[in-house]
Amino acid sequence: MATAAPTEFTAHDGDDHAHDADHKPAFFARWFLSTNHKDIGTLYLIFALIAGIIGGGISGLMRAELMHPGMTVITQFTDGNIDAAYHMWNVFITAHGLIMVFFMVMPAMIGGFGNWIVPLMIGAPDMAFPRMNNVSFWLIVPAFLLLLSSQFVPGPAGYDGAGTGWTVYPTLSTYGHPGPAVDLAILSLHLAGASSILGAINFITTIFNMRAPGMTMHKMPLFVWSVLVTAWLLLLALPVLAGAITMLLTDRNFGTTFFDPAGGGDPVLYQHLFWFFGHPEVYIMILPGFGIISQVIATFSRKPAFGYLGMAYAMVAIGFIGFVVWAHHMYTVGMDVNVKLYFTAATMIIAVPTGVKIFSWIATMWGGSISFETPMLWAIGFIVMFTLGGVTGVILSNAGVDTYMHDTYYVVAHFHYVLSLGAVFAIFAAWYYWWPKFTGKMYNELLGKLHFWIFFVGVNVLFFPMHFLGQDGMPRRIPDYPDQYAGYNEIATYGYMIMAAGLIPFFLNIIVSLAAGRKAPNNPWGEGATTLEWTLTSPPPFHQFETLPEIK
Amino acid sequence: MGRLTPIAAAFALMLATGAGAQSLQELPNSGAGPATAEDGVTTSDGGAMTQEEAIAATPDDPAVVPSAVGGLANAGTMSDAALGQPLGGYNIQPQVTALGKRADGFNIALLSIMAVVTLFVFGLLAWAMLKFRRKSNPVPSKTTHNVLIEVLWTVVPVLILVGIAVPSFALLLDQYDPPEADVTVKAIGHQWYWEYEYPDEGGFAFDAIMLSDEEAAAANEPRLLATDNRVVVPVGATVKVLVTSVDVIHSWAMPAFWVKMDAVPGKINETWFNAEQTGVYYGQCSELCGTRHAFMPIVVEVVEPAQYAAWVAARQEDAGIDPTDLVEEEIATADEPDVPTVDAGAGGEMSDLPTADTAPPAGTVVEQSNTESAPTN
Repeated sequence: MATAAPTEFTAHDGDDHAHDADHKPAFFARWFLSTNHKDIGTLYLIFALIAGIIGGGISGLMRAELMHPGMTVITQFTDGNIDAAYHMWNVFITAHGLIMVFFMVMPAMIGGFGNWIVPLMIGAPDMAFPRMNNVSFWLIVPAFLLLLSSQFVPGPAGYDGAGTGWTVYPTLSTYGHPGPAVDLAILSLHLAGASSILGAINFITTIFNMRAPGMTMHKMPLFVWSVLVTAWLLLLALPVLAGAITMLLTDRNFGTTFFDPAGGGDPVLYQHLFWFFGHPEVYIMILPGFGIISQVIATFSRKPAFGYLGMAYAMVAIGFIGFVVWAHHMYTVGMDVNVKLYFTAATMIIAVPTGVKIFSWIATMWGGSISFETPMLWAIGFIVMFTLGGVTGVILSNAGVDTYMHDTYYVVAHFHYVLSLGAVFAIFAAWYYWWPKFTGKMYNELLGKLHFWIFFVGVNVLFFPMHFLGQDGMPRRIPDYPDQYAGYNEIATYGYMIMAAGLIPFFLNIIVSLAAGRKAPNNPWGEGATTLEWTLTSPPPFHQFETLPEIK
Repeated sequence: MGRLTPIAAAFALMLATGAGAQSLQELPNSGAGPATAEDGVTTSDGGAMTQEEAIAATPDDPAVVPSAVGGLANAGTMSDAALGQPLGGYNIQPQVTALGKRADGFNIALLSIMAVVTLFVFGLLAWAMLKFRRKSNPVPSKTTHNVLIEVLWTVVPVLILVGIAVPSFALLLDQYDPPEADVTVKAIGHQWYWEYEYPDEGGFAFDAIMLSDEEAAAANEPRLLATDNRVVVPVGATVKVLVTSVDVIHSWAMPAFWVKMDAVPGKINETWFNAEQTGVYYGQCSELCGTRHAFMPIVVEVVEPAQYAAWVAARQEDAGIDPTDLVEEEIATADEPDVPTVDAGAGGEMSDLPTADTAPPAGTVVEQSNTESAPTN
């Protein structure tokens, strides 16, 4: 039919609407009753930043305590009561793990960058369920408050807080923690889980139904693919966690004995349920990072992502295999040898699709015309760190070898290389990559690069010696250690200090950029940045794509 | 289990072996009775003393056993800073079991393969960063696919992994294929100490509590690793360890043996080792178990069979177990009705009930089946 006239009409109508919409709601309505994906994304990022500061601060206390043998730091918070200090240490490791996983990495990656960028990348005006999006965010705030408050109510007899580790294994979390602290932590996880499930439904619906005309699944940017796979993992894994911690809650409060051998229950059942969620969870944390790195590397190499289909389906494969490897976290609980053989084999297989991704990123750079702005540095740093963390993962996958490594600092080094240095590097890459789009201001390149280099050196000094400690047999989660471990622990703490110093230019950059940053053009990154968000103004209009873009 | 019994038993043992001679002076109130009872053992055991034991027995260090500790229920072996404890370096702790040596070697092989893979990836990355920077390559290529290379980087890792899986599976299968046990030890986790039982030797039991910093220093043992009582086992014998817990989950770990097994309440896990070298070996609880998780170490003292026999005899004496009853009846039910007898050998990991093998280990049965060993560095 006569397409010209309706288009004209729609465009006209859209302009009018945009004009109206730029009258943003007043402060309270805009930030507390928000239904705008960009505002909610901003809220998530601010939230993740605050949680990251708290979680990172706790790890600073932990590193300070571990710097020298003996209890030297935490005892100052407990009036010299050494047992109270030991318990406070356990509360710290628990809080650090839960905060970084549920309140820093996930909100930043999925709630923050996913919310902000997915609708922009697929040419959608907003998320499919804007009000549900708001609920998602406002569930995670009380979840965080519940977790923080759990540190100030009784846990085990005589002490405050949940010192169970982020895994909350019974019977330590039942028999060992009679006080309500663990209940608060469980309810916190319930709320955070509900928030993530709602978010996952929102992303899946948005991505399946709201892509711009012409954007087939196989034309979606890889970041959108990564969020889609992540959302499915969330949707399938989190209900299992919710079930497990609900059973824990009833064991604690209502006399059930799901995990209590005295009533015919089995503590190991909890571990199976937890890790059935927990292993997909680690991919939930890293998959959006994969998507971010693909976008950044393609942009700064001025070349489309190499092996697009392989990249997309490698993520699907990782998501799928991620559900069938959970018991490699439990190699020492006393499993049958055949079970361990299976989980060894299945776990090793994950190295194949992750290898495909690493090689494809390098192949994307190969033949490119690479420039090294800050986001690209973080992306290359990500490849370096993720490779190092990945190869130790292959070693740990061998059940016969893991007997020695299990629950030692080797494992701590491994998962901090893939998470702290993988996920966090991806978050920083995304932060700098999209900062001009989010704020309309350029960041300071010198401060950004300074941030990268100091942080890169710091985290390696911090985490690499932990491999040595693990090989020398140092167990995880101990506040004091035999004196032989002192040397590398001291080095690691210096690494923490370097890393913390690296965050000074980061925060400085935020202030400098917001206060006096150069105005950002629509597309600051040039011809390599081909996704739809770069066609919009910086920052984008309050409501975008009222005329849907056509994808050729 | 009470603390007094093991202390008294330990004391009797020290008298028996002569290792605790100096501690007697510091503990005048401790039982004088066993001293005479064990005289015979002392003489018969004298020739079996190892060099370490002789050192331990030399009363040139009057502070070896501080008075705060009621007496050490061990065979007196001195700890060796180069064996059985962290070295402060970056290597796996020296392994003293055949399987441990093999796993150590396999780990080194894996590290080598992974180092090559890592260097290969970093090399490609560095090459791409140098060769294709904007200055040297202003016009990017348009290549986005190459089927051959994509197949290659899928298939080659698969082949590498298969190559890793074959020895890995063999190692795992052998770890789960113990020979018939010569000695059975039951390790029971408590918040926050380990309790040990010797079900085949009449079921005597004792607790192992961490020494304080001062006690450890006085005993010339590493801080946070030493315990008052030790698990004593004979060298070259297959030792079956039954691991369980009465409260929360703990984990019985012994790095020098490549052994780690969770202590789960309500179930009995089984693991095993065959130590080829005498000495004192230290491990730490390896599953978060509450406030003092870091302070319930595990100590295994591997001694010559004759020393072990003397140690067992002393413990039996103290616990009122008559060894001749055990031998004649061939079951251990006389004194310990809760120790059942099973005729079949150990199979799976999950708690076959302990076999009532009452004969003391006759000699050294050194495992030679898995000798793909690597240098213990």
